[in-house]
Amino acid sequence: MIRKILLLAGLVLAGQGALAKDWDQIRFATEGAYPPFNVTAPDGSVQGFDVDIANALCAEMKAKCSWVKQEWDGMIPALMSRKFDAIAASMSITAERRKKVDFTDKYYATPLALVARKGSPLKPDLTALKGKRIGVQRGTVADNFAGRFWADHGVELVRYAKQEEAYLDLATGRIDATWVDALEADAGFLTKPAGQDYDFSGSKIYGRNADEKAVIGEGVGIAVRKRDTELRDKLNKALAAIRANGTYEQIRKKYFPHDIYGE
Amino acid sequence: MIEWAVITDNLPEYAAGLWLTLQLTFLSLCAGLLLAIPLAVLRSSGPSAVSRMVWAYTYFFRGTPMLVQLLLIYYGLGQFEWIQARWAEGNPLWLVLREPYGCALITFTLNTCAYTTEIIAGALRTTPHGEIEAALACGMSRLTMIRRILVPGALRRALPAYSNEAIFMLHGTAIASTVTLVDITGAARNAYSQHFAPFEAFIFAGLIYLCITFALVGLFRLAERRWLSHLQPRKATATRQ
Repeated sequence: MIRKILLLAGLVLAGQGALAKDWDQIRFATEGAYPPFNVTAPDGSVQGFDVDIANALCAEMKAKCSWVKQEWDGMIPALMSRKFDAIAASMSITAERRKKVDFTDKYYATPLALVARKGSPLKPDLTALKGKRIGVQRGTVADNFAGRFWADHGVELVRYAKQEEAYLDLATGRIDATWVDALEADAGFLTKPAGQDYDFSGSKIYGRNADEKAVIGEGVGIAVRKRDTELRDKLNKALAAIRANGTYEQIRKKYFPHDIYGE
Repeated sequence: MIEWAVITDNLPEYAAGLWLTLQLTFLSLCAGLLLAIPLAVLRSSGPSAVSRMVWAYTYFFRGTPMLVQLLLIYYGLGQFEWIQARWAEGNPLWLVLREPYGCALITFTLNTCAYTTEIIAGALRTTPHGEIEAALACGMSRLTMIRRILVPGALRRALPAYSNEAIFMLHGTAIASTVTLVDITGAARNAYSQHFAPFEAFIFAGLIYLCITFALVGLFRLAERRWLSHLQPRKATATRQ
């Protein structure tokens, strides 16, 4: 009897291993605190642009997808320690991250922007920001950018675990502005009641020179472990397919009035 | 496969973090202890309204996690327009609550004060009857007795329990990193998010805490030898020939 159970358990485990290799089941991770790309619904499930795109990819690949919620600053270590198989959490493709993980092609691209109280004279220039307190979410492209170009030149960086906390502190005046992904700020804060007294301050930045472009990266992709090239290729094929058959545009229209894919 | 760069690149930040952790720990411990002595006297002064009020305070701060208390003070208070109006006026007293440093220091002080009050109050209750009778027989007033007999004796007996509280407090300051302060843990979190190498970033932070704990334990051992030697096991007086 015990033998039979062990045999059965062995078969089940072996079966799961085989399934995982074919990528019939993919465990996606997202943060759930980055509206409108990924947010946590009242029932605890995750929703948003990232989630819809990844689910569309899964439908295209005929794979079964499940979702894991993971804090942003532990995202890449958790992927590498196999807590899940892919990250769909608005993660920009940067050289620094490429050292640790592999990325699919981009599924959207977005500039960085400064958000401050309406009428603020601040703009994303070193001279304008000197002596100011600028909030960023720790470990984001905005953090890397500000850390690289501003922090050593008299701009006081305040790092938050969540972007939402930076908005809270912007409202209480603890920081002068927050430096953030422009699409996230627009949909997650500026168009909401809490953000009605705030606006973009200065122009949006895609990267004004080669140095800045290297930090901002080449868009946002889905991250996978380096060894999982098969999964990356499958996701890329599915991404091309949903771009071609109009599914991508349908999802985009649900969240954004304008194109966010870039050229 | 240890990436030493994670530690060496961020060494200045770790050093600044160490300084901040030490400040938060020692300032909150000192302020907490000073407040706790009168509160403990009131707390152990028998059943009265004052004693019950002190109890309510210590019950709240010992009954809720320090992280929740910090988030309440840092994010919670900032939500009220009345407070925001005070900040806009530039009133320095209220501006303390706008700075993460002030919020952390106030939270930690209130928290450690609550625990220390209970520790000292417990020690006050175990004052030997003989000492009190002797003090009364000498004709000491109640205040003189508290000052000369009750509090010094209680502080001595509270030392071992208080050394634990001091170490807990040191480790508790790690949550300062949740309100944007860059203490040792904050430095580790920054290093970790730059290099995606959690092991190196946190093991180094852990080692720093370990060293401070070691120093604290040493200090308390010295203090116990100085003030608690009459309660230590007695050494053999006669040496064998």
